Amino acid sequence: MKKLSILTKGIFKENPVLVFLLGLCPTLAVSTQASNAIGMGAATTFVLLGSNIAISLCRRAIPDKVRIPCYIVLIAGFVTLIQMIVEAYAYPLYMSLGIFLPLIACNCIVFARAEVFANKNTVIDSILDAVGMGAGFTLALFAVASLREIFGSGTWYGLAIPGLSSYNVPLLAMAPGGFIVFAVLIAILNKVSNGKAVKKKEFGCAGCPSASVCGKGGAR
Amino acid sequence: MDFKALVAIIIGSALINNFVLRQFLGICPFLGVSKEIKNSAGMGISVVFVMLLATAVTWPIQTFVLERFGLGYLQTLLFILIIATLVQFVEIAVKKFIPALYSALGVYLPLITTNCAILGVTIANIKNSYTFAQSMAHALGGGLGFLLAMVVFSGIREHTENTDPPPSFRGLPLTLISVSILSLAFFGFSGVSEGLFG
Repeated sequence: MKKLSILTKGIFKENPVLVFLLGLCPTLAVSTQASNAIGMGAATTFVLLGSNIAISLCRRAIPDKVRIPCYIVLIAGFVTLIQMIVEAYAYPLYMSLGIFLPLIACNCIVFARAEVFANKNTVIDSILDAVGMGAGFTLALFAVASLREIFGSGTWYGLAIPGLSSYNVPLLAMAPGGFIVFAVLIAILNKVSNGKAVKKKEFGCAGCPSASVCGKGGAR
Repeated sequence: MDFKALVAIIIGSALINNFVLRQFLGICPFLGVSKEIKNSAGMGISVVFVMLLATAVTWPIQTFVLERFGLGYLQTLLFILIIATLVQFVEIAVKKFIPALYSALGVYLPLITTNCAILGVTIANIKNSYTFAQSMAHALGGGLGFLLAMVVFSGIREHTENTDPPPSFRGLPLTLISVSILSLAFFGFSGVSEGLFG
């Protein structure tokens, strides 16, 4: 039962995007189309899985003082791998994700899971954690992207929605729309759960789970 | 190399394709540090500084080492390592030689390591096949745009912090909606480049 909860906590209770507000840059940037969101989610899940397995395997070998540089190298290595795979087998996705594919290397979800979970747990647990967190990220990305695509361009997954295509709000598909849709989504979550769902009320470095990773105490 | 093209790149990356408001790069430090004008100015200036430095180091490495020996696939790995090391070195050097600057910017330097705007600007330079001067202009413009967005937004935020929105919009949602309106305002710059350089 414990294994199952490791898997599912990333999807609902500890959703990295909607509850901990991590990885906002890709969530807002890539979420113009539902198909991009799925592609980006899959790519990030791959990196998360790879880095969690590698870091969990090496957790006794990595000295504590140099663990941050080790994470950076391992994660960037898996990002390079997925870049090559996507470029070779899904070229249209490679073009539409553009610069955000290499930028998975800066994604704070991956760093946070390496520091908080993989560094302290067994390989099996880390795999389950990576799958759960990856699914949670993909789900959040898909929700934002679906809303933006349906109301922004009147299509969903590239298919036109009858009746909506002439009443769309192109603003939502553009940059300001990303901020608004995400803001409203968080507000709805707050309303539905009586302010309990979203853990991080304030957006500051102090409450960030990757604070120790981004240098605020980790690297020295 | 004409001067006009460089100015066009600076204006383009600072105002029209603003890193935070149009390209969604560096949202975390933007939202995290923009509570007071003083802090956001410090963070913005550090970003300008590190962006220029990172570009000055990564561009020659990409051109003279990676491309020359067919190692282009190492780009992501090498760039993020270079940026991480660079930030550490800069921090040590500034602490030792310019203590006054360190006390002003020191807090923000480590935060920049995992700022995706820095890695973003270095990769975008290569993707757009800019020359060295164009890359530096792009980094300068991008950094200045980040600084501008941070300072303007912290001014707005000092006001929104004192308002009384519906409970579910308190905190992040209200902040994001203000960012959205600011981003909309920056859309006004889209026509500027055609008017000036067209």
